[in-house]
Amino acid sequence: MTIQHQTSDVQAAAPARAAFYNDPTVRAIFWQVVVCGAVLALIGYLVSNALDNLARQNIASGFGFLDLPAGFAIGEGVIDYEPSNTYLRAIVIGLLNTIKVAVAGIIFATIIGVIVGVARLSPNWLIARFATVYIESLRNVPLLLQLFFWYALLVEALPVAREAYGPILGFYLSNRGLNVPLPHDIGFVFPLIGLALAIAGSAWLYRRNKRIHDATGETPNTILPVLIMLLVFPVLGWIVGGFPTEFDTPELGGFSFKGGGVVSAEFMALWLGLTLYTASFIAEIVRSGIQAVTKGQWEAAGALGLRRSQILRFVVLPQALRVIIPPTTSQYLNLTKNSSLAVAIGYPDIVSVAGTTLNQTGQAIEGIAIIMAVYLTLSLSISAFMNWYNKKIALVDR
Amino acid sequence: MTERTVQPHEDWSRPPPATTGVIGWMRKNLFSTWLNSLMTLGALYVLVTTIPGLFQWAFIDAIWGDNPPEVCKNVPGACWSFIYEKYRFILFGVYPWEEHWRPLLAMIIFLTLIFGSCIKPLWVLGKWIILIWVVGLVMVGVLMWGGVLGMEYVDQSQWGGLPLTLFLATFGAVLSFPLAILLALGRRSEMPAIKAICVAYIELIRGVPLISILFMASVMFPLFLPTGVSIDKLLRAVVGLILFSAAYGAEIVRGGLQAIPRGQYEAADAMGLSYWQKMGKVILPQALRITIPPMVNGFIGGFKDTSLVLIIGLFDLLYTTRLAFQDINWRPYFVEGYVFCALIYFCFCFFMSRYSQWLERDLAKGQNY
Repeated sequence: MTIQHQTSDVQAAAPARAAFYNDPTVRAIFWQVVVCGAVLALIGYLVSNALDNLARQNIASGFGFLDLPAGFAIGEGVIDYEPSNTYLRAIVIGLLNTIKVAVAGIIFATIIGVIVGVARLSPNWLIARFATVYIESLRNVPLLLQLFFWYALLVEALPVAREAYGPILGFYLSNRGLNVPLPHDIGFVFPLIGLALAIAGSAWLYRRNKRIHDATGETPNTILPVLIMLLVFPVLGWIVGGFPTEFDTPELGGFSFKGGGVVSAEFMALWLGLTLYTASFIAEIVRSGIQAVTKGQWEAAGALGLRRSQILRFVVLPQALRVIIPPTTSQYLNLTKNSSLAVAIGYPDIVSVAGTTLNQTGQAIEGIAIIMAVYLTLSLSISAFMNWYNKKIALVDR
Repeated sequence: MTERTVQPHEDWSRPPPATTGVIGWMRKNLFSTWLNSLMTLGALYVLVTTIPGLFQWAFIDAIWGDNPPEVCKNVPGACWSFIYEKYRFILFGVYPWEEHWRPLLAMIIFLTLIFGSCIKPLWVLGKWIILIWVVGLVMVGVLMWGGVLGMEYVDQSQWGGLPLTLFLATFGAVLSFPLAILLALGRRSEMPAIKAICVAYIELIRGVPLISILFMASVMFPLFLPTGVSIDKLLRAVVGLILFSAAYGAEIVRGGLQAIPRGQYEAADAMGLSYWQKMGKVILPQALRITIPPMVNGFIGGFKDTSLVLIIGLFDLLYTTRLAFQDINWRPYFVEGYVFCALIYFCFCFFMSRYSQWLERDLAKGQNY
């Protein structure tokens, strides 16, 4: 009893504990409070300055201006827009334009990037050199310079609308952009339905054949039925739709084209620049991904009698993909963010529209907040999608 | 069936014909399969159709030397007279014409500093490098601003061209480095509030384009400052670049921190080192060593990104190039201007990327993990 009593006494009195200001927990809390306080104080100071300045310049803060008429024209948009529409609608147009060029850029940059990356490892010496020159020359020159170059080339080197190249199948190419015929007839919906059906059918067939392949090892022919479906279904739709032939073709009237659709020179320059630049980075990622697959895999696949194309498709690429996906995701993010350079060549993307809004209304903080919110949302969506895809193809341990 | 007789022959010691030499090399590397041959022929066709034309344009039909723009009219080739006429403007912008030797000398000093710091044998100088840099930068500053030693004062609003691009890139990268380290340490911290602040900052900056940061620097900084205080456009751009590259640098440093084995952290703790001693003396020296090659890659990206400052109206190399052919007489020769500008960027970036590759191999020597 006494001994126990003594021990607990010693514990209770334990002055061996360090002073409270040397306690790691206390210190951690102290430093966090200090840092948070400093950050909050800095933000508070900046905000109070901003409020002062805004008050002096008679600028009302808040997003009320979004309902006012914008009053400026926008060169192109996915949905209809007139200067009398609101700022909100203008900004939505800008957002859709950003998404349009980003999606088009990502698709083509991936295709070109994979081709160039594989070509760089080609046993064909000449092709490999071609790919190297492509990669090195595009990677080492600023994207903005490339955009200016493509835009200047399109605008200066192509003829004016009067002397446009074409028409080839109703297409005209001039320094205003590419004028394309658009289907005019309601009957054209049916070939589109046919095409959609063909794509859905191909996807189904691909999965079915993969299941058969995984179960039995046989490889049913996929490519031929897919090609047939892609050809036959739209034609069937065209027949069902009653052979529609009417197109809204662009026609030269005065100094510009009337009718049809147009892919503007700004869009083409931005899309071309973004695609080629990002493709050079994706190519390097693809190359290093393929090189990360050990030589034994190539040799084993070769020993099974697979051709080079089959080795790439069935053995190497599925393994390389796991290395390739994460850095490619950040390239997609870069492409989306780089599409903001549109402002320099006059393509009305979100930064350009929000910048004009900002200049007209003086709502600097709100304008920048909108730009940042849009890009953060886009970035997070792309990351989420790519993470989902990455998980799907990740190695499943048994 | 005829019997194959094998004649002893002196050529036996040699490999079969057409497997060595030029022909053998071509068979192996260009025509190994029919598909390969097809691709080779396609590539050759592209070369034959483009290279002679390009060569003709760039050299044979080109106009060289000091010629007025009228000479270039109706000439099918390149007009390098444009570059001859405008290269000083492209390189130095609106810096006073008679004083161009100053930015040139400043640039030479600056490049010597950078190249010198890249040479490994000179690393033995250790802390002296910092002193040399300080002395060099003071010289650069004196040359660029002037106002002393009988040199005319030149305001920084008149700086432009290649020196400006180099200064923006270097200061953006160097000054963002301490902030990047702090952010990376904060992100790895066990204190939730500090970690949250650092993660929020890094992800916010990495999620938005550089243009929006530069916009922010140009239109929002003035709003955030107390009334009456204004900061220079160049300084605002540098601050924007620093804030931007710090977030990317932080992720690189974090990669380096994560690559250091746990045992190093634990050993440092066991020695009774404080947090800053542990990081400063044990962890960071190892982590930063690993991060040098990706840092150089980040610097290349930053160097190219400085071209964006033209959007907020600074006369960097790309902007002066564009201004050079705004001159109505030289308007048609934008291709020559862009080629010249692109070559300058290419030389710097290509050299740096080769350096980073060499460094990566060199630092990996003798490393087994």
